[in-house]
Amino acid sequence: MSNFFSQLINGLQLGSIYALVALGYSMVYGIILLLNFAHGDIIMIGAYTSWIVMAKMGLPPVAAIFATVIVCTLLGVFIEKVAYTPLRSAPRISLLITAIGISYFLEYGAQLIWGASAQVIPSYYNVAPISIGGVKISFTAILTIAVSVVSMIALALLVQKTKVGKAMRAVSEDTGAAQLMGINVNATISFTFAIGSALAGIGSVLYCCQYAQATPTMGSMLGLKAFVAAVLGGIGSIPGAMVGGFAIGIAECFVSAIGLSVWKDAVVFAILIVVLLVKPAGLLGRQLQEKV
Amino acid sequence: MKERKTIPMAVRYLMNIVLVAAFLTALNLLVVNKTLSTYNAKVLMLVGVNIILAVSLNVATGYLGQLPLGHAGFMAVGAYASAIFTKNFDGRLPDEVNFVLGLVLAAVLAFGVGVLIGIPALRLQGDYLAILTLGFGEIIRITLNNIDNVLGFKLTYGAAGLKNIPKYTSVLNAFVWVAVCCYVIHTMMKSRHGRAILAIRENEIAADSCGIQTTYYKVLGFAVSAAFAGVAGGLYAGYLGVLNPGNFGFMKSIEILVMVVLGGMGSMLGSVLSATVLTVLPEALRSFSEYRMVVYALALVLMMIFKPSGLLGQYDFSLSRLVEKLINGELFQKKSKTEKEGE
Amino acid sequence: MSFQDKLYPAPTNSFLKQEDLDKRPILDVRNLGIDFGGLTAVDSLDLMVGRTEITGLIGPNGAGKTTVFNMLTNVYTPTRGSILVDGVSTAGKKTYQVNKMGIARTFQNIRLFKDLTVLDNVLIGMHNDMGYHLVNSVLRLPSYWKQEREARQKALELLGIFHMQDMAQLQAGSLPYGAQRRLEIVRALASKPKLLLLDEPAAGMNPSETAELMDTIAYIRDTFHIAILLIEHDMNLVMGVCEGIAVLSFGRIIAKGTPDEIRSNPQVIEAYLGKQEG
Repeated sequence: MSNFFSQLINGLQLGSIYALVALGYSMVYGIILLLNFAHGDIIMIGAYTSWIVMAKMGLPPVAAIFATVIVCTLLGVFIEKVAYTPLRSAPRISLLITAIGISYFLEYGAQLIWGASAQVIPSYYNVAPISIGGVKISFTAILTIAVSVVSMIALALLVQKTKVGKAMRAVSEDTGAAQLMGINVNATISFTFAIGSALAGIGSVLYCCQYAQATPTMGSMLGLKAFVAAVLGGIGSIPGAMVGGFAIGIAECFVSAIGLSVWKDAVVFAILIVVLLVKPAGLLGRQLQEKV
Repeated sequence: MKERKTIPMAVRYLMNIVLVAAFLTALNLLVVNKTLSTYNAKVLMLVGVNIILAVSLNVATGYLGQLPLGHAGFMAVGAYASAIFTKNFDGRLPDEVNFVLGLVLAAVLAFGVGVLIGIPALRLQGDYLAILTLGFGEIIRITLNNIDNVLGFKLTYGAAGLKNIPKYTSVLNAFVWVAVCCYVIHTMMKSRHGRAILAIRENEIAADSCGIQTTYYKVLGFAVSAAFAGVAGGLYAGYLGVLNPGNFGFMKSIEILVMVVLGGMGSMLGSVLSATVLTVLPEALRSFSEYRMVVYALALVLMMIFKPSGLLGQYDFSLSRLVEKLINGELFQKKSKTEKEGE
Repeated sequence: MSFQDKLYPAPTNSFLKQEDLDKRPILDVRNLGIDFGGLTAVDSLDLMVGRTEITGLIGPNGAGKTTVFNMLTNVYTPTRGSILVDGVSTAGKKTYQVNKMGIARTFQNIRLFKDLTVLDNVLIGMHNDMGYHLVNSVLRLPSYWKQEREARQKALELLGIFHMQDMAQLQAGSLPYGAQRRLEIVRALASKPKLLLLDEPAAGMNPSETAELMDTIAYIRDTFHIAILLIEHDMNLVMGVCEGIAVLSFGRIIAKGTPDEIRSNPQVIEAYLGKQEG
């Protein structure tokens, strides 16, 4: 029983990170219909940022956290402005390929600069595990889940209650109409990328709390699985990203727990395939119809 | 107006056959005479493999208008199928026969997997299809890695690597298969079936209303693309001599996609040229290999921003058309903007 | 009771020309309806089109006219009712099969194969006319050559009828708007339909182009001996070329008859203009 419980916590912890990253995918797809392949690599850059700030520059962990989130946010917005904005009216395939190119560029660029082997990130804090009902839960796990949930609630409030959030929703629904209503579409899109990348930055910090190393390709599989989470929950839906993230995280941990850990990635992709074939809109998403 | 001279069909075919035969003979001669070093010969073999990969992916992307991201998966299926077959029959069958059978098996299996994946995948559009095929590609890779545990006996040898594969690939047979691949795809596209595939790319709903069975053609195009990727995989196995599932991941699929995109989606000549350049150049710039990938990525992004149609767009080369222009003195005339290159 | 009524008892309010009354209608729609979730878009639709009749389907925007077209070609699956094309039901058939049964259509927003040539667009319409297999084309067997040559010839002839044969090698997307609309009609005719559905063929045309279109539609019917069902907002075109008109409002047919009957029908006027005061 305690094993089940601890696996559940593992799953929720991993799932929280997936959820944070999935939110970025979901929001960006909702607003410009782009699968931002480079999103996962932003996390990788975040991890290297933490490493540089703490290990190379010797600054305290707090500085690292701030730096990571800020760097990720700026990077996301920068990529959007430089690579995606010029292609705003291009066919979707071009946009997708550009995103793939950016992802590639980040990964091999990181490899070039910092080498292919892992860099160890110093720990952010030193807190003993907490015991609940006889089960030891790491502080990291609690922190991860708590921070994720709080971030998501904050995001939901932002989207529903603020003017900016309303603009984001409007641009997602109908870019042309939003523009005619006086909404600054470019600024809204940049803001969406900023928020999504900031969340990825937070996710990066939480990920590094658990797996304290940075490698050039760490973002790629993580990003892919977070994407599966976004699709599972319903791309474009915030609660969907949360649900999807937790589901994928828990699924992965349970597959490992029953001894099939070599197949865990395959299971995640199998879930993707089933979702896309049975209900492409995902658990909480909405279906888009083409006008004939 | 002066009647424009055209070349009769039989002559066109003869011209093309003679050209291809001459090219292959010359190539073979260079290898046999050792004019081409063993190293260069190896590079040429790789060029052949990559040309087939790019031309086959072009069918699914350029002609069918989809974006499959699992092409390496089909290559892997073909590679392992051919490798296991030829290894098994090495010595029991004459080498050439063994290899041809192995490659045919690779093509058939890859075709089958293409149909299996295509039927569900092609119900989706654009981005979703991209991700789905990516997922399938990864599943193939992971399966090849771990299948021995499930089967209970050693088939693929997983990450340890499948070794001692007979190295049957030569410059000559690699390019013979290039010729076969290009021929089959060309003749398919210049037919009502090819037009159906293009129609689906242009406007699927309109194609439906014209009586085209879109599901059938989408799966067909996808499976043909997969089949030739399988052949390329078999040639690759026969060139390298060892196989590892890690060679056939998502990154490999992207490498092939880059070739197709840079060459121009929808242009067979573009795929041939870019596959050649993108195979030879890195070899020539061996010392800069770390920068190679970064430059690739940059080139991809810049190409998408400035010339999304690729180097050659949808241009399809025709020797006969070129000669016709020569005969009629039109070689250096500027083509009017609205005219399209026909057959 | 006419001969036709005995064999195909017509639903009340169906409309057919005198001369078609003894032949099977090319289109026999009974009680057609479709619900999208909670919304009933079309309901209780009865329609018959004679073998060489030019029928108009008109109604205010949003009445459901294109939805009807989409149901006839099975782009949407009807929720209830039946559609018989030359006596054969379209139920359960895919769109491409409905085309093989004899219906071809054009679209409200032109759906041409823009990057392909004009000739290729027409040849694609003739896809099912040629029967050769993929193997025949790869091996370049005689059947391939023969069928391609014949198809090309027929396609050029067809284009010639509409004075477009000189445009054969032009890129379809580069044609002027009017020519694109014509090409879509030519492509539809290439599949040898028995019934041609035209969805707002005069959209975006000026009066002289519309007049030319009227002649073209009549010419198509007289030359190819097929029936034509068209959706249109341009009343000059509708009144000028249609022999029978059905009026759709909120998904239901509110009137059927000849142009004169429809023109003076108070319900029709009300549907378009709203209730008259006093």
